[in-house]
Amino acid sequence: MDILTTFVDTFPMFFEGMLLTFQLTIVSIFIAIFIGLFFAMLKISKVKVLEWIADLYIFLVRGTPLVVQIFIFYFGLTSLNISGFWSVVLGLAFHNGAYIAEIFRGAIQSIESGQMEAGRSLGMSAGLTMRRIILPQASRRALPPLGNQFIIALKDSSLASFVGVYELFNIATTQGSINYDYMTYLLIVAVYYLVLVLLFTVIVNLVEKKMSNSER
Amino acid sequence: MSESVMISIEKLNKSFGDLHVLKDIDFTVKESDVVCLIGASGSGKSTLLRCLNFLELKDSGTITLEGEVIEKDSHDLNEIRQRVGMVFQHFHLFPHKTVIQNIMEAPMQVKKLSKKDAEEQALVLLDKVGLSDKKDVYPSKLSGGQKQRVAIARALAMKPDVMLFDEPTSALDPELVGEVLATMKELAEEGMTMIVVTHEMGFAREVADWAVYMHDGKIVEVGHPEELFNHPKEERTKSFLDSVL
Repeated sequence: MDILTTFVDTFPMFFEGMLLTFQLTIVSIFIAIFIGLFFAMLKISKVKVLEWIADLYIFLVRGTPLVVQIFIFYFGLTSLNISGFWSVVLGLAFHNGAYIAEIFRGAIQSIESGQMEAGRSLGMSAGLTMRRIILPQASRRALPPLGNQFIIALKDSSLASFVGVYELFNIATTQGSINYDYMTYLLIVAVYYLVLVLLFTVIVNLVEKKMSNSER
Repeated sequence: MSESVMISIEKLNKSFGDLHVLKDIDFTVKESDVVCLIGASGSGKSTLLRCLNFLELKDSGTITLEGEVIEKDSHDLNEIRQRVGMVFQHFHLFPHKTVIQNIMEAPMQVKKLSKKDAEEQALVLLDKVGLSDKKDVYPSKLSGGQKQRVAIARALAMKPDVMLFDEPTSALDPELVGEVLATMKELAEEGMTMIVVTHEMGFAREVADWAVYMHDGKIVEVGHPEELFNHPKEERTKSFLDSVL
Protein backbone atom coordinates (compact mmCIF):
# COMPACT_ATOMS: atom_id res chain seq x y z
CA MET A 1 0.00 0.00 0.00
CA ASP A 2 1.14 3.48 -0.80
CA ILE A 3 2.36 5.31 2.36
CA LEU A 4 0.57 8.52 1.37
CA THR A 5 -2.83 6.89 1.16
CA THR A 6 -2.18 5.15 4.47
CA PHE A 7 -1.27 8.55 5.91
CA VAL A 8 -4.55 10.04 4.72
CA ASP A 9 -6.62 7.03 5.79
CA THR A 10 -5.17 6.96 9.29
CA PHE A 11 -5.30 10.72 9.79
CA PRO A 12 -8.35 10.76 12.11
CA MET A 13 -6.81 8.07 14.29
CA PHE A 14 -3.39 9.68 14.49
CA PHE A 15 -4.90 13.11 14.96
CA GLU A 16 -6.57 11.90 18.13
CA GLY A 17 -3.30 10.38 19.25
CA MET A 18 -1.60 13.67 18.54
CA LEU A 19 -4.10 15.51 20.73
CA LEU A 20 -3.45 13.05 23.54
CA THR A 21 0.33 13.42 23.17
CA PHE A 22 -0.13 17.17 23.20
CA GLN A 23 -2.24 17.01 26.37
CA LEU A 24 0.21 14.69 28.11
CA THR A 25 3.05 17.06 27.35
CA ILE A 26 1.34 20.34 28.15
CA VAL A 27 -0.22 19.21 31.42
CA SER A 28 2.93 17.49 32.66
CA ILE A 29 5.12 20.47 31.76
CA PHE A 30 2.71 22.85 33.47
CA ILE A 31 3.01 20.84 36.68
CA ALA A 32 6.76 20.36 36.19
CA ILE A 33 7.31 24.13 36.08
CA PHE A 34 5.86 24.49 39.57
CA ILE A 35 7.83 21.50 40.84
CA GLY A 36 10.95 22.92 39.22
CA LEU A 37 10.44 26.38 40.68
CA PHE A 38 9.87 24.89 44.12
CA PHE A 39 13.04 22.80 44.07
CA ALA A 40 15.06 25.65 42.53
CA MET A 41 14.04 27.74 45.57
CA LEU A 42 15.18 24.96 47.89
CA LYS A 43 18.49 24.80 46.04
CA ILE A 44 19.21 28.51 46.49
CA SER A 45 17.72 28.73 49.99
CA LYS A 46 21.17 28.40 51.65
CA VAL A 47 19.47 26.12 54.18
CA LYS A 48 21.49 22.90 54.13
CA VAL A 49 18.59 20.52 54.82
CA LEU A 50 16.47 22.04 52.06
CA GLU A 51 19.39 21.88 49.62
CA TRP A 52 19.86 18.21 50.46
CA ILE A 53 16.20 17.50 49.79
CA ALA A 54 16.49 19.13 46.38
CA ASP A 55 19.75 17.31 45.65
CA LEU A 56 18.19 13.98 46.57
CA TYR A 57 15.22 14.61 44.30
CA ILE A 58 17.44 15.55 41.37
CA PHE A 59 19.69 12.57 42.05
CA LEU A 60 16.72 10.18 42.02
CA VAL A 61 15.40 11.56 38.75
CA ARG A 62 18.74 11.73 36.98
CA GLY A 63 19.88 8.39 38.36
CA THR A 64 17.03 6.24 37.07
CA PRO A 65 15.68 5.70 33.55
CA LEU A 66 12.53 7.61 32.70
CA VAL A 67 10.79 4.42 31.64
CA VAL A 68 11.35 2.99 35.14
CA GLN A 69 9.92 6.16 36.68
CA ILE A 70 6.86 5.96 34.46
CA PHE A 71 6.25 2.33 35.36
CA ILE A 72 6.64 3.08 39.08
CA PHE A 73 4.20 5.98 38.85
CA TYR A 74 1.81 3.95 36.72
CA PHE A 75 1.66 0.88 38.97
CA GLY A 76 1.83 2.98 42.12
CA LEU A 77 -0.88 5.47 41.22
CA THR A 78 -3.31 3.25 39.31
CA SER A 79 -3.44 1.06 42.43
CA LEU A 80 -4.79 4.20 44.11
CA ASN A 81 -7.48 4.43 41.42
CA ILE A 82 -5.77 7.24 39.56
CA SER A 83 -6.20 6.98 35.79
CA GLY A 84 -3.42 5.84 33.48
CA PHE A 85 -3.33 9.27 31.86
CA TRP A 86 -2.85 11.10 35.14
CA SER A 87 -0.28 8.65 36.50
CA VAL A 88 1.80 9.15 33.36
CA VAL A 89 1.31 12.92 33.56
CA LEU A 90 2.54 12.94 37.14
CA GLY A 91 5.45 10.66 36.26
CA LEU A 92 6.53 12.97 33.44
CA ALA A 93 6.06 16.02 35.67
CA PHE A 94 8.18 14.42 38.41
CA HIS A 95 10.88 13.70 35.85
CA ASN A 96 10.92 17.05 34.05
CA GLY A 97 10.63 18.97 37.31
CA ALA A 98 14.18 18.00 38.21
CA TYR A 99 15.63 19.28 34.95
CA ILE A 100 13.53 22.43 35.10
CA ALA A 101 14.69 23.01 38.69
CA GLU A 102 18.27 23.03 37.46
CA ILE A 103 17.36 25.36 34.59
CA PHE A 104 15.67 27.81 36.98
CA ARG A 105 18.47 27.61 39.51
CA GLY A 106 21.05 28.43 36.84
CA ALA A 107 18.96 31.31 35.51
CA ILE A 108 18.35 32.78 38.97
CA GLN A 109 22.02 32.56 39.88
CA SER A 110 22.96 34.24 36.61
CA ILE A 111 21.14 37.42 37.69
CA GLU A 112 23.78 39.68 39.25
CA SER A 113 23.64 39.94 43.02
CA GLY A 114 23.24 43.72 42.75
CA GLN A 115 19.63 43.24 41.69
CA MET A 116 18.77 41.57 45.01
CA GLU A 117 20.73 44.24 46.88
CA ALA A 118 18.96 47.04 45.04
CA GLY A 119 15.59 45.57 45.96
CA ARG A 120 16.61 45.05 49.59
CA SER A 121 18.05 48.57 49.81
CA LEU A 122 14.61 49.96 48.89
CA GLY A 123 13.04 48.10 51.80
CA MET A 124 11.67 45.22 49.77
CA SER A 125 11.83 41.83 51.51
CA ALA A 126 13.90 39.00 50.05
CA GLY A 127 10.77 37.16 48.92
CA LEU A 128 9.25 40.24 47.31
CA THR A 129 12.51 41.05 45.52
CA MET A 130 12.73 37.46 44.30
CA ARG A 131 9.17 37.59 42.95
CA ARG A 132 9.18 41.09 41.48
CA ILE A 133 12.81 41.61 40.42
CA ILE A 134 14.76 38.36 40.13
CA LEU A 135 12.24 35.85 38.77
CA PRO A 136 10.95 37.98 35.87
CA GLN A 137 14.52 38.45 34.66
CA ALA A 138 15.48 34.82 35.33
CA SER A 139 12.45 33.52 33.40
CA ARG A 140 13.65 35.33 30.32
CA ARG A 141 17.05 33.74 30.58
CA ALA A 142 15.52 30.34 31.32
CA LEU A 143 13.32 30.41 28.24
CA PRO A 144 15.70 28.90 25.64
CA PRO A 145 16.73 25.91 27.80
CA LEU A 146 13.10 25.55 28.93
CA GLY A 147 11.96 25.35 25.31
CA ASN A 148 14.52 22.65 24.76
CA GLN A 149 13.24 20.74 27.79
CA PHE A 150 9.66 21.05 26.51
CA ILE A 151 10.67 19.39 23.27
CA ILE A 152 12.43 16.58 25.13
CA ALA A 153 9.30 16.13 27.26
CA LEU A 154 7.14 15.97 24.14
CA LYS A 155 9.21 13.16 22.68
CA ASP A 156 9.55 11.39 26.03
CA SER A 157 5.78 11.22 26.31
CA SER A 158 5.99 8.36 23.79
CA LEU A 159 7.05 6.17 26.72
CA ALA A 160 3.46 6.39 27.94
CA SER A 161 2.63 3.83 25.27
CA PHE A 162 4.34 1.15 27.40
CA VAL A 163 1.68 1.49 30.06
CA GLY A 164 -1.18 1.49 27.58
CA VAL A 165 -1.89 5.19 27.08
CA TYR A 166 -3.17 5.41 23.52
CA GLU A 167 -0.97 8.28 22.35
CA LEU A 168 0.87 8.68 19.04
CA PHE A 169 3.55 6.03 19.42
CA ASN A 170 1.11 3.46 20.79
CA ILE A 171 -1.11 3.94 17.75
CA ALA A 172 1.85 3.48 15.44
CA THR A 173 3.04 0.23 17.00
CA THR A 174 -0.49 -1.14 17.31
CA GLN A 175 -1.26 -0.39 13.66
CA GLY A 176 2.12 -1.77 12.64
CA SER A 177 1.46 -5.10 14.29
CA ILE A 178 -2.13 -5.36 13.02
CA ASN A 179 -1.06 -4.66 9.44
CA TYR A 180 2.32 -6.44 9.58
CA ASP A 181 3.93 -3.19 8.39
CA TYR A 182 5.84 -1.43 11.14
CA MET A 183 7.97 0.75 8.90
CA THR A 184 5.08 2.61 7.25
CA TYR A 185 3.46 3.50 10.57
CA LEU A 186 6.74 4.43 12.24
CA LEU A 187 7.54 6.82 9.38
CA ILE A 188 4.06 8.29 9.62
CA VAL A 189 4.28 8.80 13.39
CA ALA A 190 7.69 10.41 12.96
CA VAL A 191 6.01 13.06 10.78
CA TYR A 192 3.47 13.81 13.52
CA TYR A 193 6.24 14.24 16.08
CA LEU A 194 8.13 16.52 13.73
CA VAL A 195 5.04 18.67 13.26
CA LEU A 196 4.48 18.90 17.02
CA VAL A 197 8.12 19.77 17.67
CA LEU A 198 7.98 22.41 14.97
CA LEU A 199 4.86 23.86 16.55
CA PHE A 200 6.57 23.98 19.99
CA THR A 201 9.65 25.60 18.51
CA VAL A 202 7.62 28.32 16.82
CA ILE A 203 5.68 29.05 20.01
CA VAL A 204 8.83 29.23 22.14
CA ASN A 205 10.50 31.51 19.61
CA LEU A 206 7.49 33.81 19.58
CA VAL A 207 7.41 34.06 23.36
CA GLU A 208 11.16 34.65 23.46
CA LYS A 209 10.90 37.42 20.93
CA LYS A 210 8.01 39.07 22.73
CA MET A 211 9.89 39.00 26.03
CA SER A 212 13.18 40.27 24.66
CA ASN A 213 11.48 43.31 23.16
CA SER A 214 11.39 44.87 26.59
CA GLU A 215 14.91 44.33 27.84
CA ARG A 216 18.49 45.32 27.31
CA MET B 1 21.62 73.64 60.47
CA SER B 2 19.95 71.28 62.88
CA GLU B 3 22.10 69.69 65.53
CA SER B 4 20.19 66.45 66.02
CA VAL B 5 22.12 63.27 65.41
CA MET B 6 21.04 61.21 62.41
CA ILE B 7 23.34 58.22 62.66
CA SER B 8 25.90 57.30 65.21
CA ILE B 9 28.10 54.26 65.31
CA GLU B 10 30.07 52.98 68.25
CA LYS B 11 32.80 50.34 68.24
CA LEU B 12 31.58 48.82 65.00
CA ASN B 13 33.41 45.66 63.95
CA LYS B 14 32.96 43.52 60.89
CA SER B 15 34.96 40.59 59.58
CA PHE B 16 34.68 38.44 56.51
CA GLY B 17 36.19 35.16 57.63
CA ASP B 18 39.71 35.96 58.82
CA LEU B 19 39.65 39.39 57.24
CA HIS B 20 38.95 42.08 59.82
CA VAL B 21 37.42 44.79 57.62
CA LEU B 22 36.09 47.31 60.14
CA LYS B 23 37.93 47.84 63.40
CA ASP B 24 36.20 49.70 66.25
CA ILE B 25 34.67 52.35 64.05
CA ASP B 26 33.19 55.37 65.88
CA PHE B 27 31.35 57.80 63.73
CA THR B 28 28.56 60.36 64.06
CA VAL B 29 26.55 62.09 61.38
CA LYS B 30 24.21 64.92 62.20
CA GLU B 31 21.04 65.76 60.35
CA SER B 32 21.69 67.53 57.02
CA ASP B 33 25.39 66.71 57.19
CA VAL B 34 27.18 65.68 54.03
CA VAL B 35 30.05 63.39 54.83
CA CYS B 36 32.57 62.10 52.32
CA LEU B 37 34.41 58.88 53.04
CA ILE B 38 37.74 58.67 51.31
CA GLY B 39 40.50 56.09 51.35
CA ALA B 40 42.20 53.46 49.25
CA SER B 41 40.22 50.49 47.99
CA GLY B 42 40.05 47.81 50.63
CA SER B 43 40.09 50.34 53.45
CA GLY B 44 36.55 49.40 54.48
CA LYS B 45 34.59 52.45 53.26
CA SER B 46 32.08 50.48 51.24
CA THR B 47 31.63 47.88 53.96
CA LEU B 48 30.96 50.67 56.46
CA LEU B 49 28.30 52.07 54.17
CA ARG B 50 26.73 48.64 53.65
CA CYS B 51 26.61 48.06 57.39
CA LEU B 52 24.65 51.31 57.78
CA ASN B 53 22.05 49.94 55.39
CA PHE B 54 22.21 46.48 56.97
CA LEU B 55 23.11 44.90 53.65
CA GLU B 56 26.01 43.61 55.71
CA LEU B 57 25.32 42.75 59.32
CA LYS B 58 27.82 43.99 61.86
CA ASP B 59 29.67 41.58 64.15
CA SER B 60 29.68 43.90 67.14
CA GLY B 61 29.11 47.51 68.12
CA THR B 62 26.00 49.67 68.01
CA ILE B 63 24.32 51.52 65.17
CA THR B 64 21.94 54.26 66.28
CA LEU B 65 19.54 55.72 63.75
CA GLU B 66 17.63 58.85 64.76
CA GLY B 67 18.13 58.08 68.43
CA GLU B 68 17.12 54.45 68.19
CA VAL B 69 19.62 51.59 68.56
CA ILE B 70 18.99 49.23 65.66
CA GLU B 71 19.40 45.50 66.14
CA LYS B 72 18.43 42.89 63.60
CA ASP B 73 16.58 40.85 66.24
CA SER B 74 14.41 43.66 67.52
CA HIS B 75 13.82 45.61 64.30
CA ASP B 76 12.32 44.93 60.93
CA LEU B 77 15.34 45.67 58.74
CA ASN B 78 13.08 46.09 55.70
CA GLU B 79 11.47 49.01 57.48
CA ILE B 80 14.86 50.44 58.51
CA ARG B 81 16.15 50.22 54.93
CA GLN B 82 13.26 52.38 53.75
CA ARG B 83 14.71 55.16 55.87
CA VAL B 84 18.25 54.67 54.56
CA GLY B 85 18.45 55.07 50.79
CA MET B 86 21.36 53.63 48.87
CA VAL B 87 22.93 54.41 45.51
CA PHE B 88 25.36 51.87 44.08
CA GLN B 89 28.46 52.20 41.96
CA HIS B 90 26.91 50.08 39.23
CA PHE B 91 23.40 51.59 39.50
CA HIS B 92 21.57 48.21 39.65
CA LEU B 93 18.49 49.55 37.92
CA PHE B 94 15.87 46.91 37.18
CA PRO B 95 16.45 46.16 33.48
CA HIS B 96 13.00 44.65 32.88
CA LYS B 97 11.24 47.80 34.00
CA THR B 98 11.04 51.22 32.40
CA VAL B 99 12.56 54.24 34.09
CA ILE B 100 9.28 55.28 35.72
CA GLN B 101 8.47 51.70 36.72
CA ASN B 102 11.86 51.49 38.41
CA ILE B 103 10.92 54.46 40.55
CA MET B 104 7.34 53.33 41.23
CA GLU B 105 8.18 49.74 42.15
CA ALA B 106 9.13 50.02 45.82
CA PRO B 107 6.60 52.72 46.79
CA MET B 108 3.80 50.60 45.32
CA GLN B 109 5.01 47.21 46.56
CA VAL B 110 6.32 48.23 49.97
CA LYS B 111 4.48 51.40 50.92
CA LYS B 112 1.35 50.31 49.08
CA LEU B 113 0.99 53.63 47.30
CA SER B 114 -1.69 53.66 44.62
CA LYS B 115 -0.47 53.58 41.05
CA LYS B 116 -1.64 57.15 40.57
CA ASP B 117 0.18 58.49 43.63
CA ALA B 118 3.33 56.54 42.83
CA GLU B 119 3.31 57.85 39.30
CA GLU B 120 2.79 61.43 40.37
CA GLN B 121 5.64 61.17 42.83
CA ALA B 122 7.88 59.49 40.24
CA LEU B 123 7.24 62.28 37.75
CA VAL B 124 8.24 64.90 40.31
CA LEU B 125 11.44 62.99 41.06
CA LEU B 126 12.23 62.52 37.37
CA ASP B 127 11.78 66.22 36.85
CA LYS B 128 14.14 66.87 39.75
CA VAL B 129 16.89 64.71 38.22
CA GLY B 130 16.17 66.16 34.79
CA LEU B 131 14.99 62.99 33.06
CA SER B 132 11.27 63.54 32.52
CA ASP B 133 11.63 62.80 28.82
CA LYS B 134 13.08 59.36 29.55
CA LYS B 135 10.26 58.08 31.72
CA ASP B 136 9.11 55.33 29.38
CA VAL B 137 12.45 54.01 28.13
CA TYR B 138 14.24 50.97 29.46
CA PRO B 139 17.49 51.46 31.41
CA SER B 140 19.53 49.87 28.60
CA LYS B 141 18.82 52.96 26.50
CA LEU B 142 20.33 55.35 29.03
CA SER B 143 23.88 56.61 29.47
CA GLY B 144 25.69 55.81 32.70
CA GLY B 145 25.06 59.26 34.08
CA GLN B 146 21.36 59.04 33.32
CA LYS B 147 21.18 55.58 34.90
CA GLN B 148 22.73 56.89 38.08
CA ARG B 149 20.30 59.83 38.21
CA VAL B 150 17.40 57.40 37.83
CA ALA B 151 18.92 55.30 40.63
CA ILE B 152 19.01 58.41 42.83
CA ALA B 153 15.36 59.15 42.01
CA ARG B 154 14.45 55.52 42.76
CA ALA B 155 16.08 55.73 46.19
CA LEU B 156 14.45 59.10 46.92
CA ALA B 157 11.03 57.66 46.11
CA MET B 158 11.06 55.87 49.47
CA LYS B 159 11.52 59.26 51.16
CA PRO B 160 14.62 58.20 53.09
CA ASP B 161 16.06 60.23 55.96
CA VAL B 162 19.63 59.47 54.92
CA MET B 163 21.16 58.73 51.55
CA LEU B 164 24.22 56.53 51.16
CA PHE B 165 26.27 56.77 47.97
CA ASP B 166 28.76 54.00 47.26
CA GLU B 167 31.22 55.41 44.71
CA PRO B 168 28.35 56.82 42.63
CA THR B 169 30.57 58.17 39.85
CA SER B 170 33.34 55.56 39.70
CA ALA B 171 31.74 53.55 36.91
CA LEU B 172 31.04 56.60 34.74
CA ASP B 173 32.86 58.02 31.78
CA PRO B 174 34.59 61.26 32.84
CA GLU B 175 32.24 63.50 30.86
CA LEU B 176 29.20 62.04 32.68
CA VAL B 177 30.47 62.52 36.22
CA GLY B 178 29.42 66.17 36.38
CA GLU B 179 25.69 65.62 35.87
CA VAL B 180 25.52 63.09 38.71
CA LEU B 181 27.53 65.27 41.06
CA ALA B 182 25.27 68.22 40.21
CA THR B 183 22.21 66.17 41.18
CA MET B 184 23.87 65.17 44.43
CA LYS B 185 24.88 68.72 45.17
CA GLU B 186 21.31 69.87 44.69
CA LEU B 187 20.17 67.17 47.09
CA ALA B 188 22.73 68.31 49.66
CA GLU B 189 21.54 71.90 49.33
CA GLU B 190 17.99 70.77 50.09
CA GLY B 191 19.26 69.47 53.42
CA MET B 192 19.46 65.75 52.75
CA THR B 193 21.77 63.88 55.09
CA MET B 194 24.31 62.16 52.87
CA ILE B 195 27.22 59.79 53.35
CA VAL B 196 29.26 59.52 50.21
CA VAL B 197 32.10 57.13 49.43
CA THR B 198 33.93 58.93 46.67
CA HIS B 199 37.19 59.64 44.93
CA GLU B 200 35.89 63.00 43.72
CA MET B 201 37.98 65.34 45.82
CA GLY B 202 36.48 68.37 44.09
CA PHE B 203 32.98 67.32 45.15
CA ALA B 204 34.17 66.62 48.68
CA ARG B 205 35.77 70.06 48.87
CA GLU B 206 32.75 71.87 47.50
CA VAL B 207 29.83 70.03 49.07
CA ALA B 208 30.94 68.02 52.09
CA ASP B 209 30.74 69.31 55.66
CA TRP B 210 33.15 66.62 56.76
CA ALA B 211 35.67 64.39 55.12
CA VAL B 212 36.67 61.13 56.73
CA TYR B 213 39.86 59.32 55.75
CA MET B 214 39.82 55.57 56.30
CA HIS B 215 42.76 53.22 56.15
CA ASP B 216 42.93 49.52 56.90
CA GLY B 217 39.50 49.34 58.53
CA LYS B 218 40.01 52.32 60.80
CA ILE B 219 39.10 55.98 60.68
CA VAL B 220 42.44 57.76 60.56
CA GLU B 221 41.39 61.37 60.35
CA VAL B 222 38.22 63.47 60.31
CA GLY B 223 38.07 67.10 59.38
CA HIS B 224 36.57 69.83 57.27
CA PRO B 225 37.47 68.99 53.69
CA GLU B 226 39.64 72.06 53.09
CA GLU B 227 41.58 71.43 56.24
CA LEU B 228 41.92 67.71 55.73
CA PHE B 229 43.02 68.06 52.13
CA ASN B 230 45.35 71.01 52.60
CA HIS B 231 46.77 70.33 56.03
CA PRO B 232 46.43 66.64 56.85
CA LYS B 233 47.67 65.88 60.34
CA GLU B 234 48.38 62.22 59.85
CA GLU B 235 51.24 60.92 57.73
CA ARG B 236 49.04 58.23 56.13
CA THR B 237 46.43 60.78 55.12
CA LYS B 238 49.15 62.89 53.55
CA SER B 239 50.60 60.06 51.50
CA PHE B 240 47.13 58.99 50.36
CA LEU B 241 46.26 62.52 49.27
CA ASP B 242 49.59 62.86 47.48
CA SER B 243 48.79 59.75 45.49
CA VAL B 244 45.30 60.85 44.38
CA LEU B 245 45.49 64.61 43.99
